Amino acid sequence: MAIDRSHIRNFCIVAHIDHGKSTLADRMIEMTNTLTEREMQAQVLDNMELERERGITIKSQAVRLIYTAKDGEEYILNLIDTPGHVDFNYEVSRSLAACDGAILIVDAAQGIEAQTLANVYLALDHDLEVLPVINKVDLPSADPDRVATEIEDVIGLVAEDAPRISAKTGLNVDEVLEQVITKLPAPEGDEKAPLQALVFDSLYDAYKGVIVFCRVKEGTMKAGDKVKMMATGASFDVVEVGYFGAGQFLPCDELTAGMVGYMTASIKNVRDTRVGDTITLANNPCKEPLPGYKKVNPMVYCGLYPADGAKYPDLRDALEKLQLNDAALQFEPETSVALGFGFRCGFLGLLHLDVIQERLEREYDLDLVTTAPGVVYRVHKTDGTMIELTNPSNLPDPSEIEYMEEPMVDAEIMVTSDYIGAIMDLCQERRGEYVSLEYIEEGRALVKYILPLNEIIYDFFDALKSRSRGYASFDYEMRGYQQSKLVKLDILINKETVDALSFIVFEGTAYERARKMCEKLKGNIPRHLFEIPIQAAVGSKIIARETVRAMRKDVLAKCYGGDISRKRKLLEKQKEGKKRMRQVGNVEIPQEAFMSVLKLDDDN
Amino acid sequence: MEYTLSLCQEIIWQSKRVFGRVTSIYIGGGTPSWLPVKLMEKIMDTVRDHFDVDPLAEVTIEANPGTVTCEAANIYQSIGINRISVGLQSAHNDELQLLGRIHTYDRFLRTYEILRQAGFENINVDLMTGLPGQTPGKLIETIRRVSSLRPEHISCYALIIEEGTPFYSRYRADDIRQKNGQPTMELPNEDQAYELMKRAQHELIAHGYEQYEISNYAKPGMACRHNIGYWTRKTYVGMGIGAASLIAPACLVPQIEGEEAGGMGLEQRITNIRHIYDYIEEASHLMAIDPQAQIEDVPIYDQVQTITRKGAMEEFMFLGLRQNAGISREDFYQAFGKPIDGVYQDALLQLKKEGLLETREGRIFLTEQGLDLSNYALSKFLF
Repeated sequence: MAIDRSHIRNFCIVAHIDHGKSTLADRMIEMTNTLTEREMQAQVLDNMELERERGITIKSQAVRLIYTAKDGEEYILNLIDTPGHVDFNYEVSRSLAACDGAILIVDAAQGIEAQTLANVYLALDHDLEVLPVINKVDLPSADPDRVATEIEDVIGLVAEDAPRISAKTGLNVDEVLEQVITKLPAPEGDEKAPLQALVFDSLYDAYKGVIVFCRVKEGTMKAGDKVKMMATGASFDVVEVGYFGAGQFLPCDELTAGMVGYMTASIKNVRDTRVGDTITLANNPCKEPLPGYKKVNPMVYCGLYPADGAKYPDLRDALEKLQLNDAALQFEPETSVALGFGFRCGFLGLLHLDVIQERLEREYDLDLVTTAPGVVYRVHKTDGTMIELTNPSNLPDPSEIEYMEEPMVDAEIMVTSDYIGAIMDLCQERRGEYVSLEYIEEGRALVKYILPLNEIIYDFFDALKSRSRGYASFDYEMRGYQQSKLVKLDILINKETVDALSFIVFEGTAYERARKMCEKLKGNIPRHLFEIPIQAAVGSKIIARETVRAMRKDVLAKCYGGDISRKRKLLEKQKEGKKRMRQVGNVEIPQEAFMSVLKLDDDN
Repeated sequence: MEYTLSLCQEIIWQSKRVFGRVTSIYIGGGTPSWLPVKLMEKIMDTVRDHFDVDPLAEVTIEANPGTVTCEAANIYQSIGINRISVGLQSAHNDELQLLGRIHTYDRFLRTYEILRQAGFENINVDLMTGLPGQTPGKLIETIRRVSSLRPEHISCYALIIEEGTPFYSRYRADDIRQKNGQPTMELPNEDQAYELMKRAQHELIAHGYEQYEISNYAKPGMACRHNIGYWTRKTYVGMGIGAASLIAPACLVPQIEGEEAGGMGLEQRITNIRHIYDYIEEASHLMAIDPQAQIEDVPIYDQVQTITRKGAMEEFMFLGLRQNAGISREDFYQAFGKPIDGVYQDALLQLKKEGLLETREGRIFLTEQGLDLSNYALSKFLF
């Protein structure tokens, strides 16, 4: 089956969250009759329940569309949907590397946002041809002329004939399809050359094993080929190759240079097929792998514990299953005096953590207790060695520590000028280092700061939104490590350290955090028969204290005409409440107390 | 009128179902003193005609201040009601208003006088602590005013805001604040409520009342027998809407000569249907039903709960320990054939260690602190 490369277009859609990426993808699928109406489910590409609910794309997806253009020719359009969040930046970059062009969607009312810029620069970095599209022109507040000017001024793309569409109603979406053919380039490559295919995602299937999503850059791949993964070194016999129907995998004879598709090879573990790796033939390898591969490392760590200790094996099974599909998720067993058996898990970022936690709770029906998320600190010891610290409990004795480093990010915040002051205050409070402030147009500015990662993993997004009344958008990129004065804050309840509540904090903000934690805990620990001191300590120094006073009165109301069932119910409720408590020393701590300290700033 | 007829039908029917001597009668729930005295007379006559009532039985009626006339009081006396429980709650009109009561302290005084004149020699007055805005001074004034009247019995309950009551919705915001340890607007916080409860206790004892249960105080020998029946798991038959019963197989009329009644030998807690029209409707069919019918065939029963042996042990403990006198090891053994120290070893040891429970001369009882924290202490006896 010979497919003319000039009749293929491989492209993706980049946009700020909520600017209509998935909706446009759906319209394009619909207009090319790739799915019957019955099969059409709103937002076909986001097929995880969670993705649809949150309006974000977590896994890359791809779909092949057959489009008959105005020139009467049939074209194959491979649309690759990329994850839309900074946590998945690396995956985004690999998905982009699998494309030759990109559609840039900008909301006709909101204009360019921080993420728009980050994504479009990423696309330009990969030498993609970018086709701007102005969406949501049907909104009353739409101002497509202004947005077109903005695209030209800020990004430097020609936007005068950018299609002005409504992905929701389908208005002018045909124009987008037509411009994909006329403006985006066809792939290049030589099907006779040694195989060189880029892995841009993978998926675990219970029957087929790992399904590897790839873009063939050079050469040909077909069933029976013996292939080798150049980075991991694993080799496999290809069982099947094919392309992406909407929501299904359609086998075909071969994948040739320029094509986007999948291959299966009875692969048991996604770890062997890392995103960014290059597939080549074992007996006729290409000279060098495709550029850009890197092993992704978790940025954020936290402890996950089953609320019910007996569910520990279930949690392990669930994590293992999720890991089959998510090479970035890491976990190892850990134990906590307060919380029992659990796992220290590593995530790409807070959203990734959130998504995993929610999937564990929903898809695996687990009730979890999470410890405060932390970043990876570098501890340089006096003996010259360095350890990467992911669990505060493992911090060496201060006398053995020469100095510590923490990860920093380059942050870009796009904000309307009314809120610049508020946003700069926020960054300052979060130990930000001011870099620059650029007005990108009348009334809007791009604020750049260097921020410690650990200051943005808690509640930075929420604070940003509330201080700008929702008018700020935010993006960041890892910058590297920087020396910092960090201390471990321990919480003592009734004089006993609760390991699950320890965390690493900047020395200058330790007092403030300590005070807030103690206050929060006080409100969440029920009174006992004795007084319970709640203390926060750095080393042996107590820096904050609250007291839960002793319980003195706990009586039931009268017995109504011998109806004792109410009494029994109240007593049972009391007893039931005890069961869900965690015992530390002789104090019973409810699970909510552990969770409450994750949200210290709710009252701001 | 119609309801009274239905109630009498139930009384007659129940008298054929259960047997045994009646040692106390309690007419309560709502305000039975609103009922025309003629109807009350009919109810009491029906009970006496069909049940074996002990001539010395304690017969109590609940009354609200201002609902009892001289005539009614005299008739109550003549039909054998010998104890009356008056729901005063507070001797301060502003507090009564907050509680949504329509009476005043003056009206209470008049009612009390009427009752004494009619010859009632056993009067209970209900009081409450922990009312919104209640200061220790006002509470003590209430207690002094009431105890100077020398009622034989005083019940003193700590106000508890229960979900679903109008009070709850009104003070909900406060209640949540209290749970979070924040200052409250009007309701006393936990420490203040404790203070009020303790002040009331000391004041009542100083006036010659003995505390015999968490919320109940009486002059020597005047403890409420009916109440003690609840705490010691005596069987009782509740009749009328929403009435609760504790029925042991041994008090059911045997079905066939020689066969053990009740089958399983387990006790049952029964609640009648709560809706008045349903009750009237179902009670009208009652006469056609065999008094020995299976429990599920009794139409006026709403809920029937069979008490397992473990359930009975739990009740024995969490009801019995509400009394200052506590429970006796011997009684436990008699009831269950097992030593209490084996069954509840851990709970007893822990509570003893915590200073909430003591054992003396074969009795097990909560200490003063244990009674203050009874919720906590009693929950330890649930399996």
